[in-house]
Amino acid sequence: MAGKTLYDKLWDSHLVKALDDGSVLLYIDRHLLHEVTSPQAFEGLRLADRQPWRIDANLATADHNISTELTERMGGVQAIADPVSRIQVQTLDDNCAEYGIVEHRINDVGQGIVHVIGPEQGATLPGMTVVCGDSHTATHGALGALAHGIGTSEVEHVLASQCLVSQKMKNMLVRVDGSLGEGVTPKDVVLAIIGKIGTAGGTGCAIEFGGEVIRNMSIEGRMTVCNMAIEAGARVGMVAVDEQTIDYVRGRQYAPANEHWDAAVAAWQSLHSDADAVFDMVIELDGRDIEPQVSWGTSPEMVLPVSASVPDPQYIDDPGKQDAAVRALEYMGLKANQPLVDIPVDRVFIGSCTNSRIEDLRAAAAVAEGRTVADSVKQVLIVPGSQAVKKQAEAEGLDKIFIAAGMDWREPGCSMCLAMNADKLGAGEHCASTSNRNFEGRQGNGGRTHLVSPAMAAAAAVAGHFVDVRELMSGAQS
Amino acid sequence: MKSFTTHSGLVGPMDRANVDTDMIIPKQFLKSIKRSGFGPNLFDELRYQDEGFPDQDNSKRPLNMDFPLNWPRYQGASILLARENFGCGSSREHAPWALDDYGFRVVIAPSYADIFYNNCFKNGLLAIVLKEYIVSNLFADMEAQEGYSLTVDLSKQTVTKPDGEQITFEVEAFRKNCLLNGLDEIGLTLQHADAIKAFERDWQEACPWLFGAVK
Ligand code: SF4
Repeated sequence: MAGKTLYDKLWDSHLVKALDDGSVLLYIDRHLLHEVTSPQAFEGLRLADRQPWRIDANLATADHNISTELTERMGGVQAIADPVSRIQVQTLDDNCAEYGIVEHRINDVGQGIVHVIGPEQGATLPGMTVVCGDSHTATHGALGALAHGIGTSEVEHVLASQCLVSQKMKNMLVRVDGSLGEGVTPKDVVLAIIGKIGTAGGTGCAIEFGGEVIRNMSIEGRMTVCNMAIEAGARVGMVAVDEQTIDYVRGRQYAPANEHWDAAVAAWQSLHSDADAVFDMVIELDGRDIEPQVSWGTSPEMVLPVSASVPDPQYIDDPGKQDAAVRALEYMGLKANQPLVDIPVDRVFIGSCTNSRIEDLRAAAAVAEGRTVADSVKQVLIVPGSQAVKKQAEAEGLDKIFIAAGMDWREPGCSMCLAMNADKLGAGEHCASTSNRNFEGRQGNGGRTHLVSPAMAAAAAVAGHFVDVRELMSGAQS
Repeated sequence: MKSFTTHSGLVGPMDRANVDTDMIIPKQFLKSIKRSGFGPNLFDELRYQDEGFPDQDNSKRPLNMDFPLNWPRYQGASILLARENFGCGSSREHAPWALDDYGFRVVIAPSYADIFYNNCFKNGLLAIVLKEYIVSNLFADMEAQEGYSLTVDLSKQTVTKPDGEQITFEVEAFRKNCLLNGLDEIGLTLQHADAIKAFERDWQEACPWLFGAVK
């Protein structure tokens, strides 16, 4: 009999019951909540006269539509200018207070983007099932957890029963072997993967990311990769547990301690796919082939190495893709065959659950240090993913580097990733963004998003257009 | 979810075909953080003379008295009589929420849009399909007689007219069972509460660090 994949193991260990129709009840260890997708779920509980099943499985934070400006943030919830946002955040506070759910409120030390604070606090751990009413929940899979996004009715379902009615997905392995060149980051790896397999490439699958490149990647880097599994069509992304994982978890606020630590580590040792496990699909990439990436279109699969030019739709064979490319070029205001490095940048956004952790900020600061934002660039937002990241960055003096370069150092939140607050692109503006979605209007009506790594975003900020960050890196050394 | 066994109530009309969910509850009300409170904005554009927006005092708004549900004779209606393809358009669950919040417990129509039909059953609202000519006859009876009421019995699958005549209707056994017992999907999962608890006990024994850490 073939061995089990990591996904098989996580699935099997959380199986409560097989149901008649082929689905199962899957037990959920950790449920993360935020203000946007939870209010109707709590309301549903109340209307049905139900109580949350297990309070301590839940952890909440306000992140999606809070301001990132210190002045507005200082006033707390009451000072949130947009009344709809204010009510949503207040409602989360009220619901968590009513049920006794731990919440990191708008200015608490533990506040931050839900997918940043979970791992950071040890609230998400290897071997867990983790869900959240947000499609980027796969981020937590970087720790060897089974994590995926859910809808509002499922938020209510998990609150009420600690279970989800689930259907098993297929196993997919994405192996990235070899090693990465200088200036090539986890974001470039995941963009290259999506460029290769497409936004539907992982549909119906749980993706395990493996291979030498992933093994050598930091846990934060693995989070960046898993975060964008959904952009490859997969709800689940994960990486096997190794020594790095265990080192990362050790000592975190909610992580096991004392007598539990050794038992937990022993249990986590088996959280990898068996050598003889069989995957339904295997995709292979060589890290040496991956260059810094820039997306040129309105779907994350429309991405190319920075040295490339905007594709010419007439040479795209698939009629559907050709059509999509024509529309994307029109929306993005780009011409076929235009070199990517010729695209001017109006705004830069460094943040989001994809790239707002300390390593991301360090990478951006390394490029920004001693340089200044190009005159043509209107705004460079640096939005740390959590209060803890912000504090750490300030302790390292990164904030000063950004400010000296002419960039805005902001308060933690989702910010311009989805533009639910005041951080938005104007129509027609090009943005070098470290977020995860370049859909039409995602960062503001008519806004044009180019997905890049933090280092590439900082490079674009100082150059005023896209540029191969490796040129700046060698320049810095000479 | 509320269970549904039998219901007797006043019948009110929505006499047009292809009523879409945007007509049932316009999009500006979807920003709400609630799933209740949509009743005053049910059929908002037809019901009022002005344009509605969230969090407004609807009692001060000018009513459109050409809209039958505003007529005194239909006040308190709890059974909605509608035409074909009711609930088409966007999948918003706010549509059955609004009907329910207004006070409707039953909708009777010749046909419904799929998602809306599903959403009704998820929210304790009984959507009955009757043949087109039968629905037309009910419209005629209702208009002819003020205070026209019907009695619906889900377990017997009957609609009883004031004169005692019974009309039978079809409903899938699974939906019927869920509605009769007030079982929504969460309710169904909670039928396995013992299995969940048993799993949880074993799991806590195996991985005690997963429990009680966040508090
Ligand atoms: S940062 Fe963006 S993708 Fe991540 S949780 Fe917030 S809105 Fe969603």
